[in-house]
Amino acid sequence: MNWTAIWVTCKLASLTSVALLLIGLPIAYWLAYSKWRWKFVVESIVALPLVLPPTVLGFYLLVAIGPQSPIGQFYTTLTGSTLPFSFQGLLIASILYSLPFAVQPFATAFEQVDRKLIEASWTLGLSKLQTFFKLILPLSTAGLITGVVLSFAHTLGEFGVVLMVGGNIEGVTRTVSIEIYDNVQALDYAGAATTSAFLLVVSYTVLLLVYTVNRRVWSVWPQK
Amino acid sequence: MAAEITLEFKKTFLGRASLTAHFRCPLDPPSVTILFGPSGSGKSTILRCLAGLEQPDEGTMSFGDEVWFDATARMTVSPQARRLGYMAQDYALFPHHSVEGNIAYGLTGLSSQEKKLRIDEVLRLLHIESIAQQNPTQLSGGQQQRVALARAIARRPRLLLLDEPLSALDAPTRAQLCKDLRRLLTQLAIPSIVVTHDWTEALTLGDQMAVIVDGRFVQTGTPQDVFSRPTNADVARVVGIETVVKGTITEMRDELATVQVGTVALTAIASPSLESDVFVCLRAEDVTLELAGAAETSARNHLKGTVQTITSLGALVQVTLDCGFPLTALITQSALRDMNLVAGSHVRAAFKAGAVHLIPRN
Repeated sequence: MNWTAIWVTCKLASLTSVALLLIGLPIAYWLAYSKWRWKFVVESIVALPLVLPPTVLGFYLLVAIGPQSPIGQFYTTLTGSTLPFSFQGLLIASILYSLPFAVQPFATAFEQVDRKLIEASWTLGLSKLQTFFKLILPLSTAGLITGVVLSFAHTLGEFGVVLMVGGNIEGVTRTVSIEIYDNVQALDYAGAATTSAFLLVVSYTVLLLVYTVNRRVWSVWPQK
Repeated sequence: MAAEITLEFKKTFLGRASLTAHFRCPLDPPSVTILFGPSGSGKSTILRCLAGLEQPDEGTMSFGDEVWFDATARMTVSPQARRLGYMAQDYALFPHHSVEGNIAYGLTGLSSQEKKLRIDEVLRLLHIESIAQQNPTQLSGGQQQRVALARAIARRPRLLLLDEPLSALDAPTRAQLCKDLRRLLTQLAIPSIVVTHDWTEALTLGDQMAVIVDGRFVQTGTPQDVFSRPTNADVARVVGIETVVKGTITEMRDELATVQVGTVALTAIASPSLESDVFVCLRAEDVTLELAGAAETSARNHLKGTVQTITSLGALVQVTLDCGFPLTALITQSALRDMNLVAGSHVRAAFKAGAVHLIPRN
């Protein structure tokens, strides 16, 4: 087994999960509590990676973070390097690609917190932010674990986006799924089998964990 | 100007009658105000507007010299800044905190020692020291109510808002807790507004009350006044009882009490736990009228009286009598004709001991 590829994959998945926890919470809070009538527009954008082919997402990302784009140029002036075919670029792509897998369980959990408890917290003098940390988050732990674990698992199995944005650079962007593809291309079926089995076991374990804390994982969008 | 709460607002709903609040209630001395009305009358919405959890569409709302809401200035004070205690109908206790944690929740900005002192004080006040470490889900309805009250008063609110504080309890617990609640509210001396649709609760808890029907304030006054002298048919229909007078229990035997009302003695069924000062309540439809000299019936109470007024209410007639105290009876038009009743007629009013409701009064 290629331990470098496994290391790259695990690093990518962990960082993606952490980033999604930080980015996903405010988005999910807004989606769960906003009364804006055009909210569904944002909901649809967040859900887009669920249906979009990874190659399409990868292609637009490549264009958006490329050296010709404002984002790419800004990044270059900031760091002196470019985003495409780098680990950082791959991370950005992974975050976007797994966004619904984090935001949707978060938002579902927030919506299930009884409105009356939130109002009680307000009348007890706690601001909306204090209420979020003292009431809503503690009552949403199952949803938070689900979101983090699902984004981790989803990033583990990423293939199309990685290939488009990250390429196939040993030790930088070559993840386990690409390793398997390479093995098969090189007719190294034994290598592919070992790595596949490894990925299967890890994914299954992760899902077991999710189902233990929360049995309604696949109701991915908040239920009304 | 005396400190008072002033409500002058209107709230409109889609497909439902709008709500108009015209109401003042004094803050000093601290007293208990009842918002009384049938379900759907809008009384809970008024309480939520006071708490800042809902906003009216027009008008103003103020607390003493603080303006809490002004529609034209588009200003509203947040629930956090109103510094009040609000207790929802189902208590809304935080499931992830113990009883103590629930009480500590709102005590922000205190040192841990001050916090501990205040928690102990409130636990003692509500006699819930023994359940301090328990989880709210393990508690009985009555205990949950006490914890919710403890949580609401822990931060020393300037105003206490209770939405149907007893409706989630079963009937036997309710009567006892109602008396306890009155005692607590008197002890706390915090201006309180209590929403209820139960007239026994209104009489036990309230110093003054406002009746709300279909989103409008239709009558205000002391509970006794409102119940005994409804100003119009709407109020009479909603409050459902017409005679409320003060009485004193002079004798109690086998759950039968002799109650002295002025110069008249009545027989009533009473629970042994009642103290001697009571409100005597009678529904007009439970009172029958007999001509003087008619044969005795099984009813325990027969009072001689004089007809004061006769008011037609469609098929029924409301007759008010002077029997040493004002008493109202509801009889049919045909009975009125057969008995030839006019103002000044001498009659006998009869009602069973079971028709007399005794409500504690302090």
